[in-house]
Amino acid sequence: MTTKVFGEPVRRREDARLITGKGRYLDDIGSTATLAAAFVRSPHAHARILDIDVTGALDVEGLVAIYTYEDLTGPLAEPLPVLIPHPQLTAPRTGFPLANGEVNHVGEPVVMVVATDRYLAEDAAERILVTYEELPPVVGVDAAREARHAVHAEIPDNVAARHHQETGDVEPALAAAKNTLSFTQYIERSACMPMEGKGVHARWDAADSSLRVYTSTQASTSVRAAIAAKLELSLDKVEVIAPDVGGGFGVKIVHPWPEELLVPMAAIALQAEVKWAEDRREHFVSSAHERQQRQEITVGYDDEGRITALDVHIWHDNGAYTPYGIIVPIVTATQLVGPYVIPVYRVIVESVFTNTVIVTPYRGAGRPQGCFAMERTMDRIADALGLDRAVVRERNLIQPDQFPYDHHLTFQDGRPVIYDSGDYPGLMAKLKKLVGWEEAEQLRADAGARGRMLGVGMALYVEGTGPGPYEGGHVQVLGSGKVLVSTGLTSQGQGHETAFAQIVATELGVPIEDIEVTTGDTRRFGYAVGTFASRAAVMSGNAIALAARGVRAKALRIAADVLEVDPGDLEIDEGVVQVKGTPGASIPLRTVAVLSNPLRYAFDEAARQATQFAGPADDTRPPVAEGDAPGLEHVDYYSPVRSTFASGAHAAIVEIDPATWEIDVVKYAVVHDCGNIVNPMIVEGQVQGGVAQGVGGALYERMAYDSAGQLQNASFMDFLMPYSSEIPDVVIDHQETPSPLNPLGLKGAGEAGVIPGTAAIASAIEDAVGRRITAMPISPTQLYDLMRDQDTERTAAAARRAGTGAMA
Amino acid sequence: MKPSAFRYADPRSLEEALEVLSAEGEGAKVLAGGQSLLPLLSMRLAAPATLVDINRVPGLDAVETGEGGVRVGALVRHARLLEDAAAARVQPLLARATANVAHPAIRNRGTTVGSIAHADPSGEMTSVLALTGGSVTVATPAGVETVGWQDLFVGPLETSVHGPAVVTSAFFPALPARSGTAFAEIARRKGDYAVCGAGVVVTLDEDRRVSAARAAYISVGLVPEVHDLTEAVAGQPVDTADWAGAGALARTLVDPDADIHASADYRRLLVGVLTERTLIEAAAEAAGRTAA
Amino acid sequence: MTASVDAERTVTLTVNGVPREATVPVRRLLSDALRHDLGLTGTHVGCEHGVCGACTVLVDGAPVRSCLVLAVQVEGAEVRTVEGLAHDDHQGGQVLHPVQEAFRECHALQCGFCTPGFLMTIAAGLENRDASAELTEEEVEEMVGGNLCRCTGYANIKKAVRHAAAAMKDAE
Repeated sequence: MTTKVFGEPVRRREDARLITGKGRYLDDIGSTATLAAAFVRSPHAHARILDIDVTGALDVEGLVAIYTYEDLTGPLAEPLPVLIPHPQLTAPRTGFPLANGEVNHVGEPVVMVVATDRYLAEDAAERILVTYEELPPVVGVDAAREARHAVHAEIPDNVAARHHQETGDVEPALAAAKNTLSFTQYIERSACMPMEGKGVHARWDAADSSLRVYTSTQASTSVRAAIAAKLELSLDKVEVIAPDVGGGFGVKIVHPWPEELLVPMAAIALQAEVKWAEDRREHFVSSAHERQQRQEITVGYDDEGRITALDVHIWHDNGAYTPYGIIVPIVTATQLVGPYVIPVYRVIVESVFTNTVIVTPYRGAGRPQGCFAMERTMDRIADALGLDRAVVRERNLIQPDQFPYDHHLTFQDGRPVIYDSGDYPGLMAKLKKLVGWEEAEQLRADAGARGRMLGVGMALYVEGTGPGPYEGGHVQVLGSGKVLVSTGLTSQGQGHETAFAQIVATELGVPIEDIEVTTGDTRRFGYAVGTFASRAAVMSGNAIALAARGVRAKALRIAADVLEVDPGDLEIDEGVVQVKGTPGASIPLRTVAVLSNPLRYAFDEAARQATQFAGPADDTRPPVAEGDAPGLEHVDYYSPVRSTFASGAHAAIVEIDPATWEIDVVKYAVVHDCGNIVNPMIVEGQVQGGVAQGVGGALYERMAYDSAGQLQNASFMDFLMPYSSEIPDVVIDHQETPSPLNPLGLKGAGEAGVIPGTAAIASAIEDAVGRRITAMPISPTQLYDLMRDQDTERTAAAARRAGTGAMA
Repeated sequence: MKPSAFRYADPRSLEEALEVLSAEGEGAKVLAGGQSLLPLLSMRLAAPATLVDINRVPGLDAVETGEGGVRVGALVRHARLLEDAAAARVQPLLARATANVAHPAIRNRGTTVGSIAHADPSGEMTSVLALTGGSVTVATPAGVETVGWQDLFVGPLETSVHGPAVVTSAFFPALPARSGTAFAEIARRKGDYAVCGAGVVVTLDEDRRVSAARAAYISVGLVPEVHDLTEAVAGQPVDTADWAGAGALARTLVDPDADIHASADYRRLLVGVLTERTLIEAAAEAAGRTAA
Repeated sequence: MTASVDAERTVTLTVNGVPREATVPVRRLLSDALRHDLGLTGTHVGCEHGVCGACTVLVDGAPVRSCLVLAVQVEGAEVRTVEGLAHDDHQGGQVLHPVQEAFRECHALQCGFCTPGFLMTIAAGLENRDASAELTEEEVEEMVGGNLCRCTGYANIKKAVRHAAAAMKDAE
């Protein structure tokens, strides 16, 4: 038993149930009596619905109900909410829970079927005939930009938002620059792809007129509010619980998904338990994707490679609808600048509609694209000047004495982008050592002797983490000595139960074994924002720390009364309040918990014991003092003035087979700074997992739409999520520059691993082959095309290496 | 993703199986390992009226190896064939190709004969059957017949076996004397269907000169094809033969298709590269089996 | 004798050493039968087309994808699932399988959804090898290479295989 566990690699408490098959995921809930929902989804990217004929389904055995848009009433018949409006989001559009006359992507839900099991629900869905009139589809960011066709007829240019920020007058700054260069590049779609799809289970208690919903979500409190509003229920009659969630990575932060409204609607209408467990094919075509952008970049720089001005124009594919506003474009726009001083910066992100699945945050949420833009700009400057890519970066870094550093930009939370702390030269120095940057030429020669092309690349990032507005925590000590901790924020595998328990054990001085943590359950905590933007440890971690401090203060006050000492002379250790330096003068915290409640029926030993400490009652005062409350518990909230900024640097070494153009990442190095660390084992796990997604996004994963808007690889067979065989060994080093903004000095760690992968690997491939890489991800067949295309730009570095090129 | 309704029988003899297949007619389908069929059912890309599961039919689970070749019964799992040392000695391509079939859990259930009957041009064993000049045995109510590989494969996922019939075994002729083989694949992820794969057989004469070089490819073409590359290397000493020339010849003989993972040109490139690489390996093996 | 052609069947099998029976439509996948008919929800379903491996269980000792087997096909078979990995310590508790211990020790899981599939394929791999032999990287890759995980990046899963193998070697 130990209590000082902050910063220790404590083994996860979640694991005991998850490794024995006792986890409780969404589809584990319910019984064989639970009804199952399935959906008829649009087979077309863009079409008008002319007719829905359900007669063929009516004699399917086990059919219970069929719902179309016609069956939706009240707020449910209105478009789904735009969660995060923004003044620059001038043409927001959202779909309906079930399509209302028009479909805008393959997979959009048109009809919901409820039957006695999922097999039968699919049987019925298959027999429903929907007649469509096809409309011309808009597929891909370039088609949206050209706007020969419109996704939404009333938005002929397909532009949902034109997000614009600038820190100065960029045109004269570019005109005055010693050197400039311009380029265009692309990054394509991938997706979160958690191993567990989405899912909803709803149960209506008719006698109590209350609804309990389980949903595989990253934001249970908000789903609750959405259900209450859309189904016109009192908030207190709706409870929403995120059970064990099999991964999220962003897709489960969107809410309400149509199914989160429709399944409860059916449960109420049918007075029965109803469940929908999304299957993999549905997940591909009806959940969310991310990442596709076209980026046009112009940079001005001096002869030393210092940037003087940066002008970026991005077209961002937001898919068919904008339920999540323009968060991803804003993140790209504001996080693009990374760890660098950019004297004058202008960014325009045009968020455009396409007839494809909606785009909402996927781990990194626009940052991988911003990093790709900035870091490839650094590579281009280095190439043009004939400088080491690391040197150019070093010359542009914000220095440690420049914090807090104000970029004069406005972040996703509406707050200024002011970096709180960091040491970017420190990251760089560690990275070069870790990857062996200075030995790259030797490695290249060695690989060449083996008939392989070797290249090395690097990428740095700064990541705004832990945005507000708030999270809360509740800590309660029971008479049994058990400590209950809850926060409304949800978990999808990040080990929150363990990390939060570590924080409480340390703050309160209780054995971690006595602590029980609940997350994402509105029965326990009603106010929360959700798990996204690397915010759980920063937001709920600090809120829970504050709540624990509140409990501690109350415990010391009560104990001081009993022990007749000053609270300042007390400490709590191993669950016992004691007078510092006076062994024996102590009282167990559990007894303090009993004493905190003047109603003390002797149900148990703890209450009986507590009576020995009960002092004579003061007849002149109420049993519960004014301003006090019974119980040893405290609720507190953490609301940051602005985000905290984590940082890191990655490097990749690739080897390419010049016969087959297969690309191997042979080494991947990470230096990571997320401030103080609650649990280094968990943080390293987050980094490792993020890197794997980064490698996947750089080399394997691509949502392959054809020109008709059909997703051609909607299966794990063809969407190439990496197996272990595709993931390189990752070497990790840490740096810790605590955040001055929050009590625990934390910065977020969840997304970091994925951010620089695409940029670093593109740089490494370019370094290996000497040809410009302008689109990612890249596969061997694409690299082959690039290498044999006479028009592919050669890098100046390659020419210099071959001894054929003059200085550019 | 749940299969459409079907009916199910698990006959206890070949006769019973054929009886049920006859009675159930066109909508009946044989189920053996099911590793290709089940995904098609769950995606509702196939919806047979009746599945006739032959897993309980006795006598179909043997690997019989003789001097002339290897006979693989319809219920022999990939994993079982992979471990059969005798079969690997007589026809080394079997183990070499089988090692490339998916992942262990799939190999534990999927059958070699089933993957041939499935006739997927991305499957390894169809090409091995072709390259070795093999055949399958087909039982029908009318009797048992042998169908050579040339007559078996009609198109992608299509064979000449129709009506009530069970493919009861596949026969892979032995590797000829003074011959060597090799098999290689390039897949996007290890265990995936290959972007391109190649199996080759090289045969030498008594003077260690190349007398034959043949190749078959995976994921190239609609049906398995065997390409004779001998002309590029005929009569050349094994140590100095123009294997690159054979690779170049192979590129001119194939007609690959494009898909989301590879362009036709890229597949053609890989045909050349894999041909050269596997021929070199096979030639070395052939040389080792040819007295100097 | 003519084989019966059925739409529904009663399947009897042994799951984790316990005789079980379920009456199911013949199209019921083994994964669904285990989860919903027998209530063993530890086996997870990640793709239902045989690629992710989350549903891997042992049928007569060999790892198979339970989404690629019909429930009616395991009539008479012995099935082992994640619920059967640990064994009773006869004192009201459980003794975890070495691979379960290793997963916790090495932080080889995050969300835990893919974990049962990995545990089963690794448990079979480790139980079916000579525990005293040195574990090779090829063996490790063979045990984990056919399963998808979106959280961990696999490094700690491979570490857990080595950790479990070492524990099993020590226990020899």
